[in-house]
Amino acid sequence: MSAVIWNLLFKSFGETLYMIGLSGLLACLGGIPLGVLLYATVPGGLMPRPWLNRIVGFVVNAARSTPFIILMVALLPFTRFVVGRSIGTTAAIVPLAFAALPFMSRLVESALKEVEPGVIEAAQAMGASPWQIVCKVLFPESVPGLLRGVTLMLVNLVGYSAMAGVVGGGGLGDVAIRFGHQRFRPDVMVVTVVIMIAMVQVIQGTGDALARCVQRRRGLED
Amino acid sequence: MIELQNVSKEFDLRNESAFHALKNVSLSIRKGSIFGIIGRSGAGKSTLVRLINLLEIPTSGTVRVGGVDMTSLSPVELRVARRKIGMIFQGFNLLSSRSVADNVAFPLELEGRGSDEIKGRVSELLELVDLSGKKDEYPAQLSGGQKQRVGIARALAANPDILLCDEATSALDPQTTTEVLALLKEINRKLGLTVVLITHEMSVIKEICEEVVVLDRGEVVESGAVFQVFTRPQSPVTRALVAGVMNQEIPPHFAALDFLQEPEGDCGLLVRVSFLGDTAAEPIISGMVRRFGIDVNILYGAIDHIQGVPFGTLIVELSGNGSRNAALDYLKNLNLGLEVIGYVRRNLESSL
Ligand SMILES: Nc1ncnc2c1ncn2[C@@H]1O[C@H](COP(=O)(O)OP(=O)(O)O)[C@@H](O)[C@H]1O
Ligand SMILES: [Mg+2]
Repeated sequence: MSAVIWNLLFKSFGETLYMIGLSGLLACLGGIPLGVLLYATVPGGLMPRPWLNRIVGFVVNAARSTPFIILMVALLPFTRFVVGRSIGTTAAIVPLAFAALPFMSRLVESALKEVEPGVIEAAQAMGASPWQIVCKVLFPESVPGLLRGVTLMLVNLVGYSAMAGVVGGGGLGDVAIRFGHQRFRPDVMVVTVVIMIAMVQVIQGTGDALARCVQRRRGLED
Repeated sequence: MIELQNVSKEFDLRNESAFHALKNVSLSIRKGSIFGIIGRSGAGKSTLVRLINLLEIPTSGTVRVGGVDMTSLSPVELRVARRKIGMIFQGFNLLSSRSVADNVAFPLELEGRGSDEIKGRVSELLELVDLSGKKDEYPAQLSGGQKQRVGIARALAANPDILLCDEATSALDPQTTTEVLALLKEINRKLGLTVVLITHEMSVIKEICEEVVVLDRGEVVESGAVFQVFTRPQSPVTRALVAGVMNQEIPPHFAALDFLQEPEGDCGLLVRVSFLGDTAAEPIISGMVRRFGIDVNILYGAIDHIQGVPFGTLIVELSGNGSRNAALDYLKNLNLGLEVIGYVRRNLESSL
């Protein structure tokens, strides 16, 4: 393969990292509070608000069941409003974040559900406010689960980001389609796929290692 | 210190009905005492203590702690009030994400204390529960007894006036239970803490409680000094509960005998005598023999200790020609617990 193609691959790899990194960050920033909200507002929860819970839950489910490709197109006007343009790598981050955010909120919700109710009750008995319970009990106690959630969300984003070419986002997936598929370059196709597999492996491996490290530090076997 | 008046608690069940976990419970717990709550599983013991710090909201009735009506407090006031009520649990409920020292620091952080102050207080508490060497370990690395000692240190961190213990020793082996109880007793004595203790282990109550309440199906069936309740249980529930530790039941080989209500031919009278404190058994028996010319045959004897005070039970057979009624009066006048079991024919020895 020529230096030009290697350069292109290198550039696309950078775009993919940029898209996953920023949309992953946005998904965390939005998904974590939303996950806490889903967790806390259930009947019998920290701050029961059954109606709010039902509405937010419905919206999250609806967003999660919308196919990514449709989400991307549907969000075009919004993307233009936020980023100033609807085409390009940065523009692709908006639908990516929107796809990952509701997923992240469910992952956070289920990580928080793993926290033993007795521990929360003990904190309540000690006079902790709901906010203190979230910050000092729920988050620290569920760190391994949250790390696993972030890992899963990022792995999913690797797949979604491959479709970003549709909105001119570039990235490895785009190279695979335009060079590997449309210009009959199986070698390019193979290299992009191998890079993406390696990315997933690295993300998964790092996430698992971090989670295990925290568990071990706490003297917990997993 | 703690005053419950006509407290009821209903849980709403899904099928529109309600479950009465507590019915019209009234009790008062003296400041500085160790107060026991016993009852069968599901009797409402946990619900009762959780009402004290308002983890459960009473359906009706009032809960007063230190003169303050807990249900009248705003959420913020309630949190402040809860800091003065420590609680320990059967499952310990420690934060797995925090080291021993940081677990103990938790309630102090909630209060917003400075880190130097927290550090000093934590090492003081770890000293008290004898865990200074474990301060950097995590709960998962500790034994059950050590975990509960962390729980106790944490519960004491904010200098509470009350310590609630919900089956705090139930997950521990007997040896560790004894250690934890000794610690609770020491805390009660040293710090003047009011301790409310749920347990299904009667030996625990016997060892450290002064007063006890017996719950059954959400109702108080008996309450009073442990001595009174354990030595003279009134209700069948209490009798069943204390049977294991009090030797209150007639030993089975006596229960199997044919008892007669009236004397009939050559028969002996079986009596159970119970005595508290230092009343010695021997002078009583020799007294009866000397004064009333009867024979006294000791069939069964046991001595129990309730908080170090002996409580003895004797089953004796009175026979012979002397006046048995006079002997019974004599026993009554000595202020002994006396229960006439019945008459048995004199072939007793051979039937035993
Ligand atoms: N949150 C709840 N909802 C419905 N029923 C409950 C709840 N908590 C306790 N109960 C019921 O109340 C009764 C008393 O429970 P509890 O106080 O835990 O008993 P104990 O501690 O004496 O074993 C039990 O029958 C239990 O099933
Ligand atoms: Mg219970």
